[in-house]
Amino acid sequence: MRERFFDIAIVGTGPAGLAAASEAVRAGRSVAVIDESPGVGGQVWRGSGGGEAARWRTKAEDATFLLGAAVYDAAPGRLLVNTPDGAVCVRAGAIVLATGARELLLPFPGWTLPGVMGAGGVQSMVKSGMRVEGKRVVIAGSGPLLWAVAATLRSRGADVLGIAEQAPGKAVRALAASLWRSPAKAVQAATLAWQTRGVPKWTGSWPVRAEGLGRLERVTLSDGERTMTLECDLLGVGFGLVPNTTLASLLGCRVQPAVVGGAVAVDAAMGTTVAGVYAAGEAVGIGGVDCAILEGRIAGLAAAGSGERAMALSPARVRARAFAARLESAFTLRPEVLALADERTILCRCEDVPFGEVVGLGSWREAKVHTRCGMGPCQGRVCGSALAAIKGWTPNDARPPIVPVPVSVLMDQPAATAADHPPKPDGAAV
Amino acid sequence: MPDDAAEFTITINGEPSRVAPGTGLAAALINAGVWTIRASTTGEPRSAVCGMGACHECRAEVDGVPGVRACMVVCRPGMNVRTSDA
Repeated sequence: MRERFFDIAIVGTGPAGLAAASEAVRAGRSVAVIDESPGVGGQVWRGSGGGEAARWRTKAEDATFLLGAAVYDAAPGRLLVNTPDGAVCVRAGAIVLATGARELLLPFPGWTLPGVMGAGGVQSMVKSGMRVEGKRVVIAGSGPLLWAVAATLRSRGADVLGIAEQAPGKAVRALAASLWRSPAKAVQAATLAWQTRGVPKWTGSWPVRAEGLGRLERVTLSDGERTMTLECDLLGVGFGLVPNTTLASLLGCRVQPAVVGGAVAVDAAMGTTVAGVYAAGEAVGIGGVDCAILEGRIAGLAAAGSGERAMALSPARVRARAFAARLESAFTLRPEVLALADERTILCRCEDVPFGEVVGLGSWREAKVHTRCGMGPCQGRVCGSALAAIKGWTPNDARPPIVPVPVSVLMDQPAATAADHPPKPDGAAV
Repeated sequence: MPDDAAEFTITINGEPSRVAPGTGLAAALINAGVWTIRASTTGEPRSAVCGMGACHECRAEVDGVPGVRACMVVCRPGMNVRTSDA
């Protein structure tokens, strides 16, 4: 296996990863930035062309970008990466995890029909060229992302039939009323409100059923008392975001279970519980793009040894996290949305395990052993976080390879130690 | 941003399909009306869900390689794609 050596390896090219890269490069370090996607920007800046992603990439242009490249195994000081040109062992003195988040998708009857996507999923598909002109779209689930998705869809000519937010109207109004404390957020909220003007917004409402013959034709929403059925082409439904912590778990970093699916535990300098491994952005808890940039910069500076400059950014980070905490409490999931699946609803989409086969079991491990739930290619990224939300189970059992790779890649073992850049002692053990 | 000016052709289940440069494969499939990208283990139709490589629901065969997440691939001229029927 080829080996490449860097001072700092950063996983993820979203806001946190690019911000970390720009600071690390500015500090004169050799930097690798790795992302599974073919382009930079992560989810939030995906397809933004010459926008934010390009601006930050320019700041980090001296970094080596490994794109379309998935980290499938790791130990402190070492990442095994499946790149378009074959497997590479990336050795680095410090690793920054900017692995972002995925959507929390919750099972309900019909959620596996083609045309039912995540809300962020719809956003991402539109950004990658899915045409939605004239398509009837319902947006549902929870959180500020729903409004952003509706705004994007509208700008591309979709007929957005409405936004169903599960949080009660009074929680959303209280949050809106408190935005004067965060003027920049108030401006963002006002912009989204303007961009989605005229789109019905149903608070305290959620999808209970999607139906269609081989493809989505209609969705039924409920407010707990009444239901409403809408004919539509697309349903974008996401119940918030879940930090991507698999790589952190594999590296041995502590993952705190307080958040659905867990969040990587970090200190004020974004250091994880494993020496030489830092984490930033959504991976340490859902905080949004501004928070991710700040944390990426802190992690990049700290990894580059500029601890003092990193700590100067701490107060701003504390403010950003406080706002994130207010958002999270406003959009707390109601029990009804955690109880939408019936016995026959598919829970594990990879292995087609129905909810009824899992609901009576006692743990994530038991579910995997008895039903193959979470044993397919997504390795529980969908059903595992759904069960974390529904049952409180914590699926922190990351094992390599953390993404599917061809056997030829698995057979290609790296050297036990690198002669000229010896890894740290705990890295050599794996 | 996909640019209509320099469209090219890919092949989806043997049929030619025009796509704009920069279009993701999962988006191209749906644009071409191919909503079912794979059949599940029990034969249900499945399509793109997360759009970011996490859920693996949009696995297709690309240039003979099976199990490729269509949402993580950008279309290239001449790309040959096969989806499964459910």
